[in-house]
Amino acid sequence: MNQKRAMLIDITQCIGCNACQDACKVENKLATGEEKRLSPTAYTALSEHDGVFVRHMCQHCEVPTCVSVCPVAAFTKTAEGPVLYDANKCIGCRYCMQACPFRVPRYEWASTKPRVQKCIFCAPRLAKGLQPACAEACPTGATKFGIRSELLEEAAGRIEAEPDKYVARIYGSDTVGGTSILYITHVPFEKLGFDTRLDKFPMPLLTNNAMSKIPNVVTVGSVLLAGIWWITNRRAEVQQFEASQKQNGHSQNEDK
Amino acid sequence: MKPYPIFRITIWKVIAILLIGAGVVSAIARFRLGLGATTHLNDLFPWGLWIGFDFLGIGLAAAGFTIVAAVNLFHAHEYEPIVRPAILTAFIGYLLVVLVLVIDLGRPENFWHPLVMWNPHSVMFEITWCVILYTTVLSLEFAPIVLEKFNMHAPIKMIHDVSLPFMIVGVLLSTLHQSSFGSLYLIVPTRLHALWYTPLLPVLFFISCIASGISMVIVETLILSRNGRVLLSPVLMANLAKMSAVALAIYLVVRIQDLLSRGAWHEMRSLSYHSLAFWAEILIGFVMPLILLMFERVRFSRRGLYVASLLVLAGFAANRMNTAITGMETWPTQTYFPSLMEILITTGIAAIGFTAFTLIARYLPIFAPTNATSTHS
Repeated sequence: MNQKRAMLIDITQCIGCNACQDACKVENKLATGEEKRLSPTAYTALSEHDGVFVRHMCQHCEVPTCVSVCPVAAFTKTAEGPVLYDANKCIGCRYCMQACPFRVPRYEWASTKPRVQKCIFCAPRLAKGLQPACAEACPTGATKFGIRSELLEEAAGRIEAEPDKYVARIYGSDTVGGTSILYITHVPFEKLGFDTRLDKFPMPLLTNNAMSKIPNVVTVGSVLLAGIWWITNRRAEVQQFEASQKQNGHSQNEDK
Repeated sequence: MKPYPIFRITIWKVIAILLIGAGVVSAIARFRLGLGATTHLNDLFPWGLWIGFDFLGIGLAAAGFTIVAAVNLFHAHEYEPIVRPAILTAFIGYLLVVLVLVIDLGRPENFWHPLVMWNPHSVMFEITWCVILYTTVLSLEFAPIVLEKFNMHAPIKMIHDVSLPFMIVGVLLSTLHQSSFGSLYLIVPTRLHALWYTPLLPVLFFISCIASGISMVIVETLILSRNGRVLLSPVLMANLAKMSAVALAIYLVVRIQDLLSRGAWHEMRSLSYHSLAFWAEILIGFVMPLILLMFERVRFSRRGLYVASLLVLAGFAANRMNTAITGMETWPTQTYFPSLMEILITTGIAAIGFTAFTLIARYLPIFAPTNATSTHS
């Protein structure tokens, strides 16, 4: 039953009513009031680009960068999709914020016991079999919750049905290895502030390339260093021995 | 050494006391008011001056592992007189870096979590462990200096007997985390500017820390070789300078070749905020000292060595700051300049470092090593 969940955001259908943010704030007990940007009290926010609205939120990556960079494993990726954060583990190094390819995590800078804040994909609601609060609140169906593979098919279907309307790309289908939030649009993604430079491969692979060399560095390095120590040490010994030989005169050499 | 009146007031003491005082006050404010009120860090620029200072401190402290490797592992015993100053620099450097890290952490009370909550995929996790373990190794390498002062020879003998594996581990740990500071940025290919982002970041960080480590040793030896004290002969100083030049040359070849092969050369040609920072870093901090150090006259002159080595350190600092700050900025929409409190805490901690070095050098046997700590076998 652990099928991957996702949300399909059809930018053509969004009317910018902000119902998603309102519902999110109620569900997650965040300070109310409309916010135009992500913040510690806004897990989702709408940005406007010439009358077109884009929903920002944690993308819940398939191979999340935050999970990979966190030194204390405060982030976990659940089988259903949500990427969750445990404030009790967090040391506050903020590497997740630095590394997130979508620049999502927000920090409670004003607090002396700050937490990282971001969308939790309403994991408690998902566990109860409910859909996320934002998807439930969306009056136009611009945000649709479902099984990831089914939503991918549906998105492809919508693009195929109206190829003149839609841009032929599902953002999130393979971006940084795929995400749980999928976008389709009629305006080119780069004009809506999407980072189209992001590649298909998951970011953590970049680090793994370097980290996987560590065992080699350790084994080769220790052998090399010990070897140099032995050789240079031996050279000093030989020099000392030869010097003492010279002092003892030539008699011993002649015996050979 | 002739007894020195402790309470004589000098301009340096006044400056040090003022800086440390301002740093302590700012640090108290930071813990009482939180990061938001006291720093210019924000959601889009979560790492700033303090991370840059950590890079710097660790890089300068590379003096420790390079000299320990040269003298105690490679048996270049002619450099023995500077082993202890180098170890002291490294030890102080690492302790200060840990201090800055704890101040920088949002939840400093949880600083011990990486010890029990593991994530081996994280570069930050690896660095934390390397820094903790290497600081332990440094404390073992430093311990004989303290023990000697109090004439405790039995523990010195014990440490000496196990020193070889510890020194090897120390050099390995240094290699790992010096390069890993570069690896921290491997995961931000779209954020770090193309003039600094490269898959070779860990390699470049390692090569440059060798150059800066050696230059730090040179500067330190020059500073300490005053009032008739001679630590190293001019020939040995010139040799150190030669090694630093070789590291610089290798660095430049790898760096430029990498930039060209990644097609970043048009970034170098265009005049921009980033390209100016890049050229300043490369020309002043790497090319100029390399050219200077190619002249024998410079390598054998006190002033020449001073200038060239300080340039190397400046270039190293510029490189780390450019990687941590300039390269992550998007000019002119999103920039970062540290707040006064961030600067005061940083200068205060630097002042603590200089003061600690001066005091320890005065009261502990830094300049009179006995055979007990060398690895002559």
